[in-house]
Amino acid sequence: MTTSATSIVVSRSLSARGRDWRGLAFQALLLFSLLLALSVLAVLITDVFTRGWPILQERGADFLTSPLSTRPAAAGIGQGIMGTVLIAIFTALFAFPIGVMTAVYLEEYAVDNRLTRLITVNIRNLAGVPSVVYGLLGLAVFVPLMAGLMGGTGRNVVTASITLSVLVLPIVIITASEALRAVPQTLREGGYGVGASRWDVTRRLVLPAAGPGILTGTVLSLSRALGETAPLVVIGASATFFSTGNQSFLESLFGSFTALPMIVFGWSTRPQDEFRALTAAAIVALLVVTLFANAVAILLRNKYERTW
Amino acid sequence: MSQSTLSPRAPEDPVALRIERSASADEPLDGPAAERTTVVSLQEISFYYGAFRAVKDISIDIPSRQISALIGPSGCGKSTLLRTINRMNDLIPGTRLEGRLLYHGQDIYAGDVDPVEVRRRIGMVFQKPNPFPKSIYDNVAFGPRINGFDGNLDELVEDSLRRAALWDEVKDKLRQSGLALSGGQQQRLCIARAIATQPDVILMDEPCSALDPRATLQIEELMAELKRSYTIVIVTHNMQQAARASDTTVFMTMDDDRSGYVVEQGVTMEIFTNPKNQLTEDYVSGRFG
Repeated sequence: MTTSATSIVVSRSLSARGRDWRGLAFQALLLFSLLLALSVLAVLITDVFTRGWPILQERGADFLTSPLSTRPAAAGIGQGIMGTVLIAIFTALFAFPIGVMTAVYLEEYAVDNRLTRLITVNIRNLAGVPSVVYGLLGLAVFVPLMAGLMGGTGRNVVTASITLSVLVLPIVIITASEALRAVPQTLREGGYGVGASRWDVTRRLVLPAAGPGILTGTVLSLSRALGETAPLVVIGASATFFSTGNQSFLESLFGSFTALPMIVFGWSTRPQDEFRALTAAAIVALLVVTLFANAVAILLRNKYERTW
Repeated sequence: MSQSTLSPRAPEDPVALRIERSASADEPLDGPAAERTTVVSLQEISFYYGAFRAVKDISIDIPSRQISALIGPSGCGKSTLLRTINRMNDLIPGTRLEGRLLYHGQDIYAGDVDPVEVRRRIGMVFQKPNPFPKSIYDNVAFGPRINGFDGNLDELVEDSLRRAALWDEVKDKLRQSGLALSGGQQQRLCIARAIATQPDVILMDEPCSALDPRATLQIEELMAELKRSYTIVIVTHNMQQAARASDTTVFMTMDDDRSGYVVEQGVTMEIFTNPKNQLTEDYVSGRFG
């Protein structure tokens, strides 16, 4: 065959199948699904922003610092921000050490037998329990406990934090376990090979290596805790009004409290029209907090990401 | 000073095995005329992964300050056997060892022996270099630090890196990550790391198989230097390497029930030029494996 004849045959066979219609259709379907999901999000954000923007624009810093009030013109989310920040701190304080240590035990120390697997399965189940159930746990156990210990009603930001840390504990354990499992076995072997004990290997090699993953998982689970509303409702965060008066900081820790999700919930049920805009503005604030927490998680992960 | 000695362990003594390294430990022993002592002795060792017997009835002696090579076809249990010597297989759940494994006359699988202590004295270098994600200095200093070394750490790190023939290449970048080195350098770093705990025996599990020929040669030259101070046991797939680098060779193969056994052990020259067993002859001449 001559060269040109060969090339014609080759060229025909190479383009014989024509366009891959099924492939293109599938791609279009994927794109459509993505756009659908994004558009729902876009509608939500646009709606909230347009409704809430006037409040933020008119009252600005005043809105962010004012306490709760039954009068729309004076109501602000200052106490809510304070409550959310305190919840973030205390939840991290309670959930992080216990969760990470549990994960370390399960991954590094526990023998792989039926009991361990039972525990692991149950932890995963707990991660899926509805948050209102945790709220009821908080109401039934932690509120009376706190009331007994510190006096007062027992319905305070510390109780809420304890409840929320129980809520996110399974997630912390699961993400920390994943991070520990991702540490290559060769690293541990290298440690054992120079006469390190299991504690040495865990503390000096495995934990530092799994650190970034554990940290990211903790921050993500924290951002989940900050958005939970049901436990706050059940425990009794304030949605209308409370005053800290002349309390010291410590006293206010164990007194009435509120948090951003609670404010959103509370204001959304108010009859006055003005509260619609206020609710939207509060939602914007809550979104900012959540996005901020997630951004921190992503930044931390990117900063400490390393290749083996 | 005396040879490395093991202080006698009276029945009522607590756990630890004690070894004092001596200054003369670094002097080369004389050639064949010198008395060769046995530092590790395997007596009727069988090792099980669960119900599967990986190696059976292994009885070999590892002579002091020599390079002993374990050769044999893939899957015959060489690495498993190597890892029993420093109790690395303890890390794998469901494993069991039968027989006696004597280190300077002491059974290291006895109930009251601490495997951590064993691994301090019998170090290990792995097939794929696995330096810690720390600086070069911290890699070498890791072992001494966790073992409570309170002498001059800088000196020990430098000494270990010199013995591993790595000092000149890294002396001005000790704070850089160990992972930034080339493959051959990483492996030498792992050797330095093993040396830093001042072990008696160094086990090497195919240390050159992940390296290029030039790095392989460097490691082999290093091993020849190291054997003046340490006993070396090396598992290798590379027959030529075993032939040129080792003093003693142990040839293993797999039986029909897939458990490994020792066919022949002897002086390397003899094994390769005048083996007693037909299987050995077949393997070293390349007829199988």
